[in-house]
Amino acid sequence: MTAPLILGLLAGAILSGTSLLYATLGETIVERSGIVNLGLEGILLIGASVGFSVTATTGKAWLGLMAAGMAGGLANVLFGWLVVTRKANQLASGLAMMFFGFGASALIGAPYVGAVIVGLPKWRPSWLAGFRWVKATTLFNWDLVTWLAIPMAILVWWALFRTRWGLGVRAVGESPAVAFAAGRNPAILQYQALSCGGVLGGLAGAHLSVTLAMTWSEYMTAGRGFIVIALVIFSKWNPLRAVAAALLFGGAEALQLQMQARGSVISPFLLEMSPYILTLMILLAWGGSRRLSAPAGLGRTFYGSE
Amino acid sequence: MPERGLTAVLRSSTALRKTARSCGIGGAALMMFAAILLVAGKDPLRAYMDTFHYTLANTYGFSELLVRMTPLLLAAVAVALPARLGLINVGGEGQLYMGAFMASAGAFLLPKAPGWILLPFVALMGFLGGAIWAAIPGILRAGKLVNETVATLLLNYVAPLIVSYFVFGPWRAAENSAYPQSSPFPDAALLPSFFNTRIHAGLLIALAALLAYWLILEKTRWGVDMRAIGGNAEAAQRLGIPVPTWIVTALAVGGGFAGLAGMGEAMGIAGRLRQDLSPGYGFSGFLIAWLAGGRALGIVLMAFLFAIITSAGDTLQMTQGVPYAVVNILLAMILFIVLASRSAGGTSK
Amino acid sequence: MSVPVAAPLLDIRGVSKRYGAVQANDKVDLSLYAGEVHALIGENGAGKSTLSRIAYGFTRPDSGEIFLNGKAADVHSPREARAHHIGMVFQNFMLIPALSVLENIALFLTDLPPVMHPQAVAKRILEFGERFGLTVDPHAPVRQLSVGDRQKVEILKLLMAKARILIFDEPTRVLAPHEVKALFRVFSALKAEGFAILFITHKLQEVVRCADRITVMRQGRVVGSFGSGQADVETLVTMMFGERGAIGLARQAEVPRRPAEARPILELRGASSHATGSETPLRGLELSIAAGEIVGVAGVSGSGQKELGDLILGLRSLSAGSKWFCGANASSWSIARMRESGVAFVPEDPLLMAAVGGMSVRENLSLGTGRRYQSGVRTDWPALETTMRESFEALAFPIPPLDPPIGTLSGGNLQRVVIAREMAHGPKLIVALYPTRGLDVRSAASLRDLLRRERDGGSGVLLISEDLDELAEMTDRLLVLFEGAIVGEFSRGTWQPEEVGRLMTGSTEVNVA
Repeated sequence: MTAPLILGLLAGAILSGTSLLYATLGETIVERSGIVNLGLEGILLIGASVGFSVTATTGKAWLGLMAAGMAGGLANVLFGWLVVTRKANQLASGLAMMFFGFGASALIGAPYVGAVIVGLPKWRPSWLAGFRWVKATTLFNWDLVTWLAIPMAILVWWALFRTRWGLGVRAVGESPAVAFAAGRNPAILQYQALSCGGVLGGLAGAHLSVTLAMTWSEYMTAGRGFIVIALVIFSKWNPLRAVAAALLFGGAEALQLQMQARGSVISPFLLEMSPYILTLMILLAWGGSRRLSAPAGLGRTFYGSE
Repeated sequence: MPERGLTAVLRSSTALRKTARSCGIGGAALMMFAAILLVAGKDPLRAYMDTFHYTLANTYGFSELLVRMTPLLLAAVAVALPARLGLINVGGEGQLYMGAFMASAGAFLLPKAPGWILLPFVALMGFLGGAIWAAIPGILRAGKLVNETVATLLLNYVAPLIVSYFVFGPWRAAENSAYPQSSPFPDAALLPSFFNTRIHAGLLIALAALLAYWLILEKTRWGVDMRAIGGNAEAAQRLGIPVPTWIVTALAVGGGFAGLAGMGEAMGIAGRLRQDLSPGYGFSGFLIAWLAGGRALGIVLMAFLFAIITSAGDTLQMTQGVPYAVVNILLAMILFIVLASRSAGGTSK
Repeated sequence: MSVPVAAPLLDIRGVSKRYGAVQANDKVDLSLYAGEVHALIGENGAGKSTLSRIAYGFTRPDSGEIFLNGKAADVHSPREARAHHIGMVFQNFMLIPALSVLENIALFLTDLPPVMHPQAVAKRILEFGERFGLTVDPHAPVRQLSVGDRQKVEILKLLMAKARILIFDEPTRVLAPHEVKALFRVFSALKAEGFAILFITHKLQEVVRCADRITVMRQGRVVGSFGSGQADVETLVTMMFGERGAIGLARQAEVPRRPAEARPILELRGASSHATGSETPLRGLELSIAAGEIVGVAGVSGSGQKELGDLILGLRSLSAGSKWFCGANASSWSIARMRESGVAFVPEDPLLMAAVGGMSVRENLSLGTGRRYQSGVRTDWPALETTMRESFEALAFPIPPLDPPIGTLSGGNLQRVVIAREMAHGPKLIVALYPTRGLDVRSAASLRDLLRRERDGGSGVLLISEDLDELAEMTDRLLVLFEGAIVGEFSRGTWQPEEVGRLMTGSTEVNVA
């Protein structure tokens, strides 16, 4: 009785956690470089609409995902032009990006409302399908994007903590002046981080529309972009912790769906609140210690050497 | 005196330059948006003509602009007031919803009360709703526990769900309409409207709030304290200004104004509590306050501009069959140009 | 000392740089040879920092040339400077506290491969550390290191990035005496291996102790250059300050100590406080400040000095013990109440702790005056102005214009505004937190005078400083703070700098020759 319930919950957590994870990894890279993109919601929407429309037009989901990644990357480069090159206020620029994403995705997606698509092929190793409990759920019956989610987290961790590039990105996020003194170019590193983050954000959005919902509707991300910003804090800017964070929040969503399906007496709206309140509670529990792990230069504008 | 004449000329020329610059920004944004509409196979020229026709060139349309401005003004003050302390309130949306929710609770609590009791009571409840919703991040920030930007942002998503819970649940309209909304408020709780339009007393409240904002900041010692905290919180604290108290107060009062915006939408426009109370007035308020640099007059102008843009969204949807949300592109274009053209290290913090 | 014969590693010829009305460098010549320690001395604002920034490519000169190894070179950026094997140890270290020693050093390595091998870097760090006496744990986060260790990391960083020319900007300013000795040992090791060291300072004893050559700057110009042993301290002082130098030295003469009156103004009894983050907890402090005495507090940075000041001001709450002000239990008083009762605060950088740069001078004068000038919801500006004008006059300060933002005033004038405000209501206790840090020599001297006058007028003064010379000159009693506890107390004239230095660094061993 409880085993299938838990496995079902886990399966649901992975389903909705995957796109959260990709977006969290992207935003982690961006924030590690000292930039906070409050407009992530817009990036996700652009990714979702571009991914869906390209899939619907070409009939090839992988093309849709690639296009979404590129669109996300481009959108973040535009954001970078504002906050890095033009040194504009990051929060206001982020909100502007959010509005841009609302509008652009509505425009891109409008012709495809109600379109039917074929998502990415799913694949489950046959030896895993043998287990009865597994068979009853979607566990391990995943598309490529889902299969690559955890390897991607490891890749991002490796890139940030074990490469010359990642060291530069983290240095810029902590202190652009020191990175500059070390001969790194803070602007270029921030653009690179933003591009990577944008590609991951675009993929995350497309995963929502192309493989999870298989439809397009306006504002379909429903605040996930903001949840992700909370998740990045929750995971203390660490790509590996982001896996746990995304699973936890995906799990909260899955739990909510399951309880709804079982006709639970708890109102769905109260359940829907739980991730937001949970995030707040966790931030509260950390209190002061959180500050030690936030990139010191986050949100600040670097004006060069003098 | 000749010098005075000269400065007057200089001043008017900077004003001219400013106006020219604003027009340039607006024009460029309109052209970029037109290009996007063209690519999407729409007729931008007709869209702009229609918008002009339905808003500025027509009394009813103009009154609608004022109606739209009402919540925007309040939401902008809700951001601008804490901003003077260096606090970033991106939670106007949630505070607005909580204001509407608490005001509705007030109206349903005293259904039989006469208007002269009920209206002030409902307004107070609306203010309190927003104030409480903003005081929570305020307390967390004052205790150095959670950054107020994150906390206000997260609470944005909770408040509409509370409204949804009541709209779908305890307060659901008896007539069982397909539209999720509460039953109508008692007549005594409705804000009076003027000139046979939808302009309601909320506009007066909004203007009064704006005036109060200006007076407090410019004319009282509280304004000095608040600006000191915004300028250098560490020094302010060391000089004995009770910074934590101010943080909570400023956020709460700001949130209260956003709550009044929600109250106005519920009591002045809809006549009931609805799930889709606000199309993002809270976020628009942030941008208005930011674009206006916190100046009271600037807030009025920017709110007016935003009202026109949102009206354009309606027009587009009606006449061109473009989703309403598409107008956000125009908004974003304006913001992009302003953000990019402000000199580095300008008015932003 | 023998004169080096090879071409200088670094040769600066006729370099000029102008900032607005200030000629920061005026046709400066300076050469630096392999295997020498070259001291560059001068008053604050003499142009030493500008010159070093030019040499390091941070700032472009208006005119003049730089030769490296005898060849003309353009050094346009720190990156190019490093390519030319020039390295600089900044006063504020170029370190990232959140990253480990290894990561901080790796960031500056020019030959770091795209994929890092942390163990290989760690091994090199340990090797270099052995060679030059710069041992430090490669995996420790920099935020946990002492100032001395941070400086070691900074030097390692440059050496491992193959720097041959090392520029040090006031390296001893933040070090305890025994750390200074260790640094000079490192200098010797470097010299022996043929490195060139340019060492900027204004501590003359040190210069005479360790430099092979000395160049003196004044008002943007080089006014003298000596080999080791060619100049004594007095000559150097005269060169640095011109004719005023002699007067400056006379200032240092002993001031007779006033007997402290019995009445304590402030008392801490077993006062402790908790700490969060990088703060230092205070542990059982017993302290009393009487009217008419200056109590000094010495300690290496981070020993709890700022926390002690904050505790007295009421910014930090006590976790144990009590605080008494003029006989009343003030343990739980707010900052506002402490200030209203007569506590004044003179910090190091007013724009950081005591003034709001964007607000007018007038508004800044009103800050922190509590309820004194309130009338209804407004401020009684005329009454405020009258009092403040009187305060400026009593202190013989010029009255600045009141309308411009205070941030537009020069550093000295800004500090005078803050002091005039703090002294306006006859403070009983003055808490001075590194008050002369960052001030030029003359402003610092006049501030010290002012504190002495206030002391003579019956105020109690708590002087927190990291400058042992200043403490020696000023204090009637000296407390030594180490890791949040008072580890030593001396009356005037009963202490030796070496002894205080050992207490400051927590060394228990007794005087080693």
